Amino acid sequence: MSLALAFQLLIQGILLGGIYGLTAVGLSLIFGVMGVINFAHGQMMVMGMYISYWLLVLLGLDPYLSLPLAAGAIFVLGYVMQSTVVNRILDFPEAMQVLPLVAMGLILENLALLFWGPDPRSPSTALGLATFTLGSATVDVSRLIAFGLAIAFTVFLVLFLKKSATGKRIRAAADNRLGAQLVGIKVDRVNNIAFGLGAATTGAAGALLLPLMPVSPYLGHDFTTTAFVVVILGGMGNLLGALVGGLILGVTESLATLALPATLKQVVSFGLLVLIMLYKPQGLFGGRR
Amino acid sequence: MLELKGIDVYYGDLQALRGVSLTVGAGEVVSVIGSNGMGKSTTLKAISGLLHPRAGSIQFQGRDITRLTPSAIVELGISHVPEGRQVFPSLTVLENLEMGAQFPEPIRRAGQTLEQVFAYFPRLKERLKQKAGTLSGGEQQMLAIGRGLMSLPSLMMLDEPSLGLSPLLVETIFEIIEQINQQGTSLLVIEQNVFHALGISHRGYVLEDGGVALSGPSRELLADPHVRKAYLGL
Ligand SMILES: Nc1ncnc2c1ncn2[C@@H]1O[C@H](COP(=O)(O)OP(=O)(O)OP(=O)(O)O)[C@@H](O)[C@H]1O
Ligand SMILES: [Mg+2]
Repeated sequence: MSLALAFQLLIQGILLGGIYGLTAVGLSLIFGVMGVINFAHGQMMVMGMYISYWLLVLLGLDPYLSLPLAAGAIFVLGYVMQSTVVNRILDFPEAMQVLPLVAMGLILENLALLFWGPDPRSPSTALGLATFTLGSATVDVSRLIAFGLAIAFTVFLVLFLKKSATGKRIRAAADNRLGAQLVGIKVDRVNNIAFGLGAATTGAAGALLLPLMPVSPYLGHDFTTTAFVVVILGGMGNLLGALVGGLILGVTESLATLALPATLKQVVSFGLLVLIMLYKPQGLFGGRR
Repeated sequence: MLELKGIDVYYGDLQALRGVSLTVGAGEVVSVIGSNGMGKSTTLKAISGLLHPRAGSIQFQGRDITRLTPSAIVELGISHVPEGRQVFPSLTVLENLEMGAQFPEPIRRAGQTLEQVFAYFPRLKERLKQKAGTLSGGEQQMLAIGRGLMSLPSLMMLDEPSLGLSPLLVETIFEIIEQINQQGTSLLVIEQNVFHALGISHRGYVLEDGGVALSGPSRELLADPHVRKAYLGL
């Protein structure tokens, strides 16, 4: 095993981990605020990829430029999903919240199938193949940009929640729904915004992923489970934990290819999940709720 | 300014209020007393729009508010300081207070109102940056009242403000409640502490099994044989 290869894999793991982290941040936000697990999360990410794909193919817009549009579109999708369905099932037992969300994931998946067909599509972007070297390792420019933007998006989201009036309302509603209603916060609307933001985050992750891997309608399940593993790793509802959890999973998966065939990637992530559940069920950085 | 006319409130099939009628006049302090489970908190929840009555109506300052949302009711000037405080534990004391002001006028005057709240509860000013979840029970009660004041209510409803507080703090809280009333805010106060409640209120209602069993000037209730026997143990 060469050290140079390990270093290369480490870099790749960190860079991909940033995107894992970003989508997990969205899932964690939704859980932290509403106590709901968004089982349509991966499919929303795929939608982000396709929107960004469309903007590229139809308008020639580079994915990094269309990122705000993809995020905005998925924000609207999340907002509408929350206001039409999720707000009504918040008081249901957890087991009964699962099905409507899984169903929405399936609807999105089939819409993708309807619009874009089953074949994987991999657009070529301007920066798609550009690289530079860092010591002994080669770094893809698009992976580096994706990583940087993922971090920036997360930091922006955390600051928004911490400082803005809307962000404070979201945190208040997450903390104590009754208290929030009694001070006059329109909790349903705040929930819509929170779900929209969580969705926008995974939509952005999708747009960032587009230059890195071919998009197909069936990617959603894997994305959801990956995000889920990361959220458990970082602590449910803990946003910065989700980001760090993403990096850990990215690096672990990447380094594991030194010893295991790449097709066993999921074994690694789920192995990690089981270990965390057994020994640190609150996640590495503690959760809320 | 507030008038409940024969409201029936249900939790599912369970009827919690039976034809409750009650009024609060401008500047008045009205207390609602009754043992556990008699419908005191339910009455407040109906007024603040958390529950909607199946029959009867609720008027506030000449408007029908029976079907309004909690948010709209706060905006009209009713503030509900609930049972169990319901502060935001992971927000700081200052953020909790800020969240009390949700509408343009209260937001515009938030700075001023904050000073007023600190004058009532100097302790909160010392704890501004502390998370509300780490406050003591008494401090959380102060915070809940302070947060309720931030919306500039003309009617404030307090659900068992003295519950779980030390006797000394109970005195303080009741003094401050009286000061709040002297500033012109009408009050509807629920209390298990019947002596105190009737002591600071002008009028009182006794709730039994979801209905008004007795009502009148507090002084008369204090002298009423049934009240003395059932609630004061005399
Ligand atoms: N969420 C609920 N679901 C079903 N029943 C409820 C609910 N909340 C209250 N009740 C019932 O309604 C009745 C009135 O309750 P309420 O909370 O108004 O009583 P209370 O007078 O405030 O009592 P306490 O002094 O214990 O606070 C009780 O019988 C109670 O069991
Ligand atoms: Mg009660």
